[in-house]
Amino acid sequence: MTETRHRRATVLTTGLVVIAVALAGAALLSLAVGARDIQFGTVMHALFSSADDRDSLIITQSRIPRTLVGLLAGAAFGLAGTLIQGVTRNPLADPGILGVNAGAGLFVVIAISVFGVTSLTGYVWFGFAGAAVVSVLVYTIGSIGRGGATPIKLALAGAAVTAALTSFTTAVLLNDVDTFDQFRFWQVGSLANRGSDVVVQSLPFLVVGVLLAFASARALNALALGDDVATSFGQNVLVARLVAGLGIVLLCGTATSMAGPIVFIGLMIPHAARAITGPDHRWMLPYSMLLAPLLLLLADVIGRVIARPGEVQVGIVTAVLGAPVFVILARRRRLAEL
Amino acid sequence: MTTSVVTLTRRRENARARRVSLVLLVAVIAMFALTLSYGEFQISLPDVVRSLLGQPTPAGVDYIMHSLRLPRASVATLAGLAFGLAGAIFQQLLRNPLASPDVIGVAQGATTAAVLAVMVGGFSGAVVSVIGLAGALITAMAIYVLSWRNGVGGYRLILVGIGVGTALTSVTSFILTRSDVKVAAEALIWLTGSVNGRTWSQIVPLALSLLILLPAALLLGRALSGMQLGDDLARAFGVRVEACRLGLLLTGVCLAGMATAAAGPIAFVAFMSGPIAVRLVGGGRPVLLQAGLVGALLVLVADFVGSHLLGSRVYPVGVVTGVIGAPYLLWLLATSNRTGRGG
Repeated sequence: MTETRHRRATVLTTGLVVIAVALAGAALLSLAVGARDIQFGTVMHALFSSADDRDSLIITQSRIPRTLVGLLAGAAFGLAGTLIQGVTRNPLADPGILGVNAGAGLFVVIAISVFGVTSLTGYVWFGFAGAAVVSVLVYTIGSIGRGGATPIKLALAGAAVTAALTSFTTAVLLNDVDTFDQFRFWQVGSLANRGSDVVVQSLPFLVVGVLLAFASARALNALALGDDVATSFGQNVLVARLVAGLGIVLLCGTATSMAGPIVFIGLMIPHAARAITGPDHRWMLPYSMLLAPLLLLLADVIGRVIARPGEVQVGIVTAVLGAPVFVILARRRRLAEL
Repeated sequence: MTTSVVTLTRRRENARARRVSLVLLVAVIAMFALTLSYGEFQISLPDVVRSLLGQPTPAGVDYIMHSLRLPRASVATLAGLAFGLAGAIFQQLLRNPLASPDVIGVAQGATTAAVLAVMVGGFSGAVVSVIGLAGALITAMAIYVLSWRNGVGGYRLILVGIGVGTALTSVTSFILTRSDVKVAAEALIWLTGSVNGRTWSQIVPLALSLLILLPAALLLGRALSGMQLGDDLARAFGVRVEACRLGLLLTGVCLAGMATAAAGPIAFVAFMSGPIAVRLVGGGRPVLLQAGLVGALLVLVADFVGSHLLGSRVYPVGVVTGVIGAPYLLWLLATSNRTGRGG
């Protein structure tokens, strides 16, 4: 028994290392490929010295921030998705379901329409504030009444709040064509034209979010058995949900404000991770954290290549590429139940 | 002794379900009448009835009734009924309150097809509706085939549906970013759902299909309480699980597709009607008819609010459904959980 578990841990650790190496490769690819292809040698040169020729400038000014945003936002979406599915015990839950995207979306629309914000650095704060306010609201509503925040109430409350907020967003957009013009591009989800200031702004939130996520791993395993069993194991169900909830808000809010509402990653990566690791959150979380940016970066590279010299936004590539993979995964027997 | 308690409880629950249906039906009829009578040009209720019965009425009443308000009220009622039924069928069949047709890809199929028809094909009017319906049916068929593996598991169907739906949504967003902003704004109205300016040629097909689909849904729905126990138990009780599931799915898809073709994918009606009806009736039993009535009421009220109560601007019904239905659902969530029947 112990030996089997030990061997399993070795296999899973090796898997993590392999994915990490693949991720590093994807990051290099993301630096080298684009509207203008740059040789790997030049990429390395630009990374490790302060050259100021044209290629090096493209790399330091545009591609490094873009790749960093992809890495960070991807990791955050992956972790947040796993947390949300664990907390709500619902395989359909995604970062959209707790109202996070709808909140961020409404606040971004208000920022554009009412405050006339036009720069991405400006949206970021509005998006983050919206995500935070709305998730707290959803959690509070879901906890009212007997039994506290049960999974089914959380999921329904999130979907209902999303419905209400989306209505408001649509109402503003129908009246204001200029705002709609900007919003439709944010809504798709993209990594393009993010400066390094966005990365610096977001980093502290993400670090705290990642720590909270890993701190919840054991509690999520207990919650998966149902509230009663979790309580009998000595798990404080309320505290566990609150810690995970805070992690979700930080990760998801920050990632959404950085890259737009890319829902599919947060929905799909936990299922992929679960298919590899089984239902143990101590393994699912690190796998999600590495698999999600891998998918996001590769999708972004593909989006840059298929429509040269223009590009297809990463949110679209992720969904169109990810959907068939997701369908194949869903057909596998092992994925039968959460 | 035990039997009599069970019988009593069942009788009480049946009475409550009937009472809820009756109250909802009265409310739907009242909203229908209000929609017909209220507006820039007020029509008194006796005149409404006279005009409906074809008796002589004051000048202008017949035109407003038969060309403007009656089509509007009819399409709102019928589409709401169809969405509510479709949503409840999917949610109860798949045993997940998030699994309404607007979540598992069917509505997205209709939407993407319609947006393609408008933006790329340059079609308009009834052709768009037909293409939208075809989109819903093809998508549903694709989801069913893709999730088939020695039968269709509910969980697998949901996951495949979400995957397909997400890909379709991205295609829609992509088309929206690649087209002129004026055209995209037009498409947004259709995407939101509207019952404005409908003609009888759009309503009659919906009404006729409901004549078949409503009884079919209610009849097949009887198997739902058995199927809620899980496939194996349901089989043990003699329910033909695969046949019933296929029949219910087909009915649900046709309902959602017909309603979308007539009114656009009115946001969230399908998703919210079921949970609201479940909480009104209580007892954790399948509530198809009540969900349909909730849907009809929701669309009628939302349309009334959108066209008369929000200042000078008229909003399409899909903008309002979320604002009206969501708080009500949240209130029900918070209050109706006392006896632990919140699920």
